Amino acid sequence: MDYSQFLVMKQEIGLLVVFLLVFLYDTFMSKRALNSIQGISIILFGLLTVCGFCCAAPSGVQTAFAGMYETSPVIACIKNILNVGVLIVLVQSITWNNSENQVVRRGEFLELILVTLFGMYLMISARHFLLFIIGLEAASLPLAALVAFEKNKYESHEAAIKYILTAVFSSAIFMMGLSYIYMLSGSLYFGDIAASVATQQVSALLIVALAFVIAGVGFKLSLVPFHLWTADVYQGAPTSVTSYLSVISKGSAAFAFLVILTQVFGAVYSQVWEWMLYALIILTITVGNLFALRQTNMKRFLAFSSISQAGYIMLGIVGNNAMGMASLMFYILVYIFSNLAAFGVIQSIENATGKLDMTDYRGLYKSNPKLSFVMMLAMFSLAGIPPFAGFFSKFFIFAGALNGTTSVALYVLVLIALINTIISLFYYLLVVKAMFLSSDEPVIPTFKSSCSERIAMWITVAGIIALGLVSCFYNEILLLCR
Amino acid sequence: MFSNPLIYFVVIPVIMLLGIYLCRNMAQIRTVAVAGSLCLLGLSVWLLVDYLGLRAAGDNAAMLYRGDWTWFSALNIKLSVGVDGISIAMLLLSSIILLTGSFASWKINPLPKEFFLWLILLSIGVFGFFISIDLFTMFMFYEVALIPMYLLIGIWGTGRKEYSAMKLTLMLMGGSAFLMLSIIGIYYNAGLNSWNILEIAQADTIDHSWQMFLFPMAFVGFGVLGAMFPFHTWSPDGHACAPTAVSMLHAGVLMKLGGYGCFRVAIFLMPYAANELAWIFLILTGISVVYGAFSACVQTDLKYINAYSSVSHCGLVLFAILMLNTTAMTGAIMQMLSHGLMTALFFALIGMIYGRTHTRDIRQMGGLMKIMPFLAVCYMIAGFASLGLPGLSGFVAEMTIFVGSFENTHTLNRVFTIIACCSIVITAVYILRVVGKLLLGPVYDKHHEELTDATWWERTSTVTLIICVAAIGCFPNFFANLIRTTFSPEIFKVLGM
Repeated sequence: MDYSQFLVMKQEIGLLVVFLLVFLYDTFMSKRALNSIQGISIILFGLLTVCGFCCAAPSGVQTAFAGMYETSPVIACIKNILNVGVLIVLVQSITWNNSENQVVRRGEFLELILVTLFGMYLMISARHFLLFIIGLEAASLPLAALVAFEKNKYESHEAAIKYILTAVFSSAIFMMGLSYIYMLSGSLYFGDIAASVATQQVSALLIVALAFVIAGVGFKLSLVPFHLWTADVYQGAPTSVTSYLSVISKGSAAFAFLVILTQVFGAVYSQVWEWMLYALIILTITVGNLFALRQTNMKRFLAFSSISQAGYIMLGIVGNNAMGMASLMFYILVYIFSNLAAFGVIQSIENATGKLDMTDYRGLYKSNPKLSFVMMLAMFSLAGIPPFAGFFSKFFIFAGALNGTTSVALYVLVLIALINTIISLFYYLLVVKAMFLSSDEPVIPTFKSSCSERIAMWITVAGIIALGLVSCFYNEILLLCR
Repeated sequence: MFSNPLIYFVVIPVIMLLGIYLCRNMAQIRTVAVAGSLCLLGLSVWLLVDYLGLRAAGDNAAMLYRGDWTWFSALNIKLSVGVDGISIAMLLLSSIILLTGSFASWKINPLPKEFFLWLILLSIGVFGFFISIDLFTMFMFYEVALIPMYLLIGIWGTGRKEYSAMKLTLMLMGGSAFLMLSIIGIYYNAGLNSWNILEIAQADTIDHSWQMFLFPMAFVGFGVLGAMFPFHTWSPDGHACAPTAVSMLHAGVLMKLGGYGCFRVAIFLMPYAANELAWIFLILTGISVVYGAFSACVQTDLKYINAYSSVSHCGLVLFAILMLNTTAMTGAIMQMLSHGLMTALFFALIGMIYGRTHTRDIRQMGGLMKIMPFLAVCYMIAGFASLGLPGLSGFVAEMTIFVGSFENTHTLNRVFTIIACCSIVITAVYILRVVGKLLLGPVYDKHHEELTDATWWERTSTVTLIICVAAIGCFPNFFANLIRTTFSPEIFKVLGM
């Protein structure tokens, strides 16, 4: 065997090294030394992220293990985007991890996060469905453990059970779909399947297989109608885990979904899955929005908002072109920053006061002006209001979906999505209304967020403002994709 | 980049934002706001003089002071700026109203700092919109101008402010959703890989069937902000609940974004569809004109009266634009200027009266002429301008519009011109009703007799506006010529006129 192929997997190996170092440190160091475990792992992971930007990017498409694994500048880029998100999540989680109930398990938290990230890397890079499934499972099962992390909370356990059952069920469906595909094409390599799909007549079996595959990945993305776990899990899981679930897990699944649909089934786009995707997008955006309207718990609220955001992310696949792909990646990047800003505020308030209800946010501007300002920026960015990054990512994802098309149906789809942005604006404004417009006395007293929380907020706010206005981010991503 | 004078219309407000952020007390905030608005006003006056000089020297380019800076190179999105006579008129209007608005919010309470921050953010959107000629940048500034309204009305408003703020924001953003689709559609269907309005208009490459699809979206998108029937319902509630300066800016400037956009984007870029579909929108705007005027007749709240009158007058702007000829379009731009100034004057006065009497219900006031003669006289002047007294701006604008509209010989256009003309009479009814009830007659409430007349900052604000209203009325030719410099033959080639 040619061991040099491992060098292609630079990013995975780097992540594995970080994981092992954190694991060994956690296992063998004294109790006092463990106090610095979070700092050390954040520094290590930060180094990995920086290396990802500086030196890990391959010059072209590189494959390993007979084509099972592939990396390219685009793939390295999406992994870097995820790394940045994970870094912010880790910084945000410091305060919670140091809390009384949590302190003995903080090493495990870090390790589980890193393992799931490893699974996501594999999902993104896999060019063979076996490797993909390994990635999918590695990204799902440890997450269930993370969801159940708050040992003393009943909701946390319930959420974990819900999550694991749905995860297992959807992987079963996914594999069922794969077995059909294997039946049709005799291979599990993406390339081989694509070739055989392109030459064969479209059969009922292929449609069923594709529907199963979409259902399997749709679960991770929480597309409607595979979204039923989302709200309960988001609410029950510790907030750090929820933010991780909502941005990183979703972002990686979205990219993997794009790869599967366009590279494997690209040939039957207009015959089979174009309409499936349209229906999924409309359902996801609309149902997510309509359910978000009535939520009062902030985490449930953001759960439904993230469902509808997943629908917008899917619009990047519709165009089936380089610009759509770039817009999808840019959307994920912006979404990571906007959503993490919102979760940063929620977490900070939860850590200080334990309050999570939207009515508790009334009059927040009077007691905590800076926090409510960050929250407002996050809400505006999620709603797509300029000059914040969300506006640009929404504009580009719509422009990407309409790139090079003359199909009126696609215009109608985008119009529906656009009208949905108005519904979403309504509920994002509800949060702003509670914080700024309410004349009630504030429920939440004035408090000072911890240092790490403030750092994370500054980073996300800088991202929300700069990612759109500074054009080089999108330009670079689009150049990579072309 | 900074050698182009236009860019300072965005740079100065940004500096003002930073300045106000650093302010510690009310006096400093006022100083920054007034100084900044004076700078903007000075800049627009200088621009006006310089522009006319360049035109007189024979510079016939469609837009002057052009500047292009690449932004998103991959999509060829640029920050392109350029102005013609119309944009300069609008910039002048905006800076006057921003200045008078700052005076009108001299004693804003609570949270004065935040108020001015949002107000100036709004003005960044307005100025940016008028200077940019790139579809993307234009649309971005358009939305920047919309969202601060939510907080401005929601926090500092009166009455059912939360409801009104939400309604206004959602309806206007709903319009901009259509607009976004239309803009992307224009970009792809023009096939030029350019967002520049001039280039797209000159090439005129948008397929006719696509124009029929995209034109209504663009027109409705901007039309919502122009208070076109049946999308005008945000306007009465929004204006009635907004604080004074916000009503002024919103009715005076923001609603003009709608008319300007309809002209610059919808009609300019899709002339074929404009010719084909004008009749639909003519009917809608015709209804706006008459319906707005009739509604104003039955209102009892001063702000509602003025808001409905704005629906009527802004309807007239869109109505005239749709006539697709030079005279009517000149009239439309004049009407934008005239309505902007006079409605700002109205809202400023209403704000001042409300600040004293704490009611806006005309049934609970009377004989204000005896109590506050200065404000009352100003109100009368504004009323006369609104009903079209010669010598003031309303007359010039409406006259030009109706003459221009009658030039269009289609039967439908003729019929609607006649119907719209009736609005002049109805306007007289509701203006005179208010003047009679509110200003003349016996004093209704004895407590009102102790009220004081205008303070110096209020006088500054109103006198400035009255001077401008009278200036348009007395020197209409100057403004008409300024606007006509815009109508280069190129525009009318594409409009087929």
